Amino acid sequence: MPAITSSSVPPSVAGVDRNLDMSAHPAAIQVNGLDFYYSEHQVLFNVSLTVPERSVTALIGPSGCGKSTFLRTLNRMNDLIEGSRCVGQILVEGQNIMDPAVDVVLLRKHVGMVFQKSTPFPKSIFDNVAYGPRVAGETNRSVLADLVESCLKKAALWDEVKDRLTKSAMALSGGQQQRLCIARTLATNPRIILMDEPASALDPASTDRIENLIGELCANYTIVIVTHNMQQASRVSHQTAFFYKGVLVETGPTMKIFTGPSEKKTEDYITGRFG
Amino acid sequence: MTQAKLPAWAIRRISRRYEKLIQAALFLCAALSVLTTAAIILVLLTNAVYAPGAKTAFFERVSFWEFVTGTHWKPVDGQYGRFGIIPLLCGTMMVAGIASLVSVPAGLGAAIYMSEYAGPREREFLKPILEILAGIPSVVFGFFALKFITPWILKPMFSLVGIDLQIFNTLSAGIVVGIMVTPLIASLSEDVIRSVPRSLREAAFALGSTRFDVSVRIVVPAALSGILAAFLLAFSRAIGETMAVTIAGGQQAIATLNPLQGAQTMTGFMVHASTGDSAADSISRMSIYAVGIALFAITLTINVISGWVLRRYREVYQ
Amino acid sequence: MSTRGSGTPRVAGQQSAPVSFISGTDGSIRRRLFLSRVFSWTCRFVTYAALAVLIVLLAAIIWSSVGRLAFDFVYNPNSSNPIKAGMLAGLWGSFWLILFTALFSVPVGVGSAIYLEEIAKDSFFVRVIKTNISNLAGVPSIVYGILGYTVFRSLAAVLKVWFDGQHAFNILGLFRLRLLKLPIYEDNILVGALTLTLVVLPTVISAAQEALRSVPSSIRVASLALGATRWQTIWRQVIPAALPGISTGVILSTSRAIGEAAPLIMLGALTITTMVPGNIDSPVKLITRPLQVLHAPLDQFTAMPIEIYDWSKRPDPQDRFTAVAASGIIVLMLVLLSVNAVAMVVRHYASRRLKW
Repeated sequence: MPAITSSSVPPSVAGVDRNLDMSAHPAAIQVNGLDFYYSEHQVLFNVSLTVPERSVTALIGPSGCGKSTFLRTLNRMNDLIEGSRCVGQILVEGQNIMDPAVDVVLLRKHVGMVFQKSTPFPKSIFDNVAYGPRVAGETNRSVLADLVESCLKKAALWDEVKDRLTKSAMALSGGQQQRLCIARTLATNPRIILMDEPASALDPASTDRIENLIGELCANYTIVIVTHNMQQASRVSHQTAFFYKGVLVETGPTMKIFTGPSEKKTEDYITGRFG
Repeated sequence: MTQAKLPAWAIRRISRRYEKLIQAALFLCAALSVLTTAAIILVLLTNAVYAPGAKTAFFERVSFWEFVTGTHWKPVDGQYGRFGIIPLLCGTMMVAGIASLVSVPAGLGAAIYMSEYAGPREREFLKPILEILAGIPSVVFGFFALKFITPWILKPMFSLVGIDLQIFNTLSAGIVVGIMVTPLIASLSEDVIRSVPRSLREAAFALGSTRFDVSVRIVVPAALSGILAAFLLAFSRAIGETMAVTIAGGQQAIATLNPLQGAQTMTGFMVHASTGDSAADSISRMSIYAVGIALFAITLTINVISGWVLRRYREVYQ
Repeated sequence: MSTRGSGTPRVAGQQSAPVSFISGTDGSIRRRLFLSRVFSWTCRFVTYAALAVLIVLLAAIIWSSVGRLAFDFVYNPNSSNPIKAGMLAGLWGSFWLILFTALFSVPVGVGSAIYLEEIAKDSFFVRVIKTNISNLAGVPSIVYGILGYTVFRSLAAVLKVWFDGQHAFNILGLFRLRLLKLPIYEDNILVGALTLTLVVLPTVISAAQEALRSVPSSIRVASLALGATRWQTIWRQVIPAALPGISTGVILSTSRAIGEAAPLIMLGALTITTMVPGNIDSPVKLITRPLQVLHAPLDQFTAMPIEIYDWSKRPDPQDRFTAVAASGIIVLMLVLLSVNAVAMVVRHYASRRLKW
């Protein structure tokens, strides 16, 4: 008998099919045998994972299990940390991004990231969203205006801020700031969006909006999301990967992980026996 | 059973009075600074504006209007004395302006390099160098300007284009003052730049920024008011700079904006006048107080603005 | 440019052309990376220019000193003959000045810092004091010279009148006749040291404050929790813990007074003198001539930076005083360097003993 019945798993947000057959989809990200070290301390052990295109993959696991570190290797944000070292292969759209010839700026333009703490720049709302295109060289004001509008609409923020685009982004509420950060990421036209606990600092209503947004975005983008909240993982993701002490314990369609995990550790974590 | 002796903590109450005394003494130490400010203001005012007793204050002999708008500075006793501060102000502002042209790009560049580019080991090597540069006495820089920069660098450079540079010139004085205040700008700006949250940098990198984009479009704008405060503080330091300017800038008080010739600054005049031998209450000596008031008021105003800007900056990130 | 298309939203199912992440494949990125590299090299250049300036400065001074710098430079008095001119008077003047400056500024500075950091509650008056100290730090040193000239020098003049026996309070005059029999000056070492004290005090206070602030508050809480009074906590826990930081900071900030010339010139300190305060021209006399030691603080003086200023400015057709000034600078810098070295040693040993 499975540990949890499928009826106890909360309903998914619109647009997410949790019983997805992954083999039908081409892989957006393929990680093979990844080891990661902070100076001498190893935090990831031989991680291999395939992320299908235009799907949501949730990374779950207790604190310090390496899920955030794993996420940050996918757009090489860990390069910024001195003394970090990465061994293995990460293929993003078929290209090994660990290759020294890879241009991280180009990579990060295509693999966007949303952080746990919303990080609006101390600029206006418009300038925040237009930041990515601007650094990429876009100067045409009307192109930027169209882009800002479409991205804010995609991030479900347009109606709330359309009258105050020139006001400081710091004045927005926490949930609005986080959606602004998503809009800002969309503006660089990425294919993949990495989200590092995007809703953990938000109230339930804001969290709900972010989750629905993820459901909408996955029609066009590949999303990898780290979350502490298992309910959230079960609601928003097609695929779930469970990390424990730097090891990827199990991965599979979300419904399977939450109703019939094959590993004992996964079951223990899902049912709240530790973590 | 014998009577137990009182433990030490029980008789503490007695020492309380000494504590009060010590605290009062410490308070007096701290209050001394207020007294110093009061004394500076009192001394300047009673000699420049209104002198009680037999002395006559500077502005009781020279009109304030003439002092502020006069374009001739000839601080001699008798009928030939002219007391317009414009020439001294020209000299001071030229030196401070040239110093800013040198120190603002250099200081900001160094601050950005140390906070955004240099690793911890390189920073540990660079910081002491800037500290050493900041610790070199002003007279040494004056010597460097007069005996090295002017004859060995500026003079050959200007003779190439056919300009004869004077031995005493504002340019060399401004350059060394700029070198002197560069460490100040660098360390203050580095502090404010480093206080920009790391998360902002990460977010910018995640949007596909180069280091240049992160530094120039995110970090510097975010720290801008703090950096501005550092510039202001350095400018005021340059205005008050004395020995280097006195040695390298010359003693001619002429209203000019030509940096290739000598010009006396406010501080330069004060040094010059105090080495003279005019009587203590002569107008030529009293003019030191009038120039002192101007110097004090200008530097204090800039410092207060700088402090206000810096406080507003801190409020954003704390 | 690939970014131009970013305005068009992607449609589900539409396969966009694969991008390459290999550097150099995108022209606009290549330009941006080039710009970034140019910028980083510019910043590195200006930073290392500071090092270059320092090296050039030292080289220029050493090169200029050739011809005069010799051992007799430190024990010859000043002279109008550039071959003979030495820095004896300046060295001794600076010694006495810094001695008394430290005696005045260290207790007052550390005391203020202790009051502001440990005792004072956040009241209006304390805020006034704090703002005032930061503003005083920005006052040009020459302004303190005016203050010293007007206040301290005038006080010294009153004292001189008393000592010289022209006044009813002749007790002091008798004291002088019997013990000193030496002239007293109004532009004396004490007046100079008091003025320099005011110059360095704001930095001494903030250096000591910084050191006190770096003591973790858990120490204070723990001590108070054990029943110590506030003063016991400060005296037995906080000050010992902060002592290395305080001493390093205080040594460094007080030593700045060694290089200060402007306020001393304002006081009327002599630019040309062969006189050594109290006539003590060798360390031995500090012990063998106690009366002269007593006299030194009330004697006239010159100081190292003043002599350097004078030599730098002295018009000489053959420019022979340049070498004298450069030699003076080398001596001054060596003195400053050794003071800094002492501070470094203190910091090194203290931080080895104490670690948070």
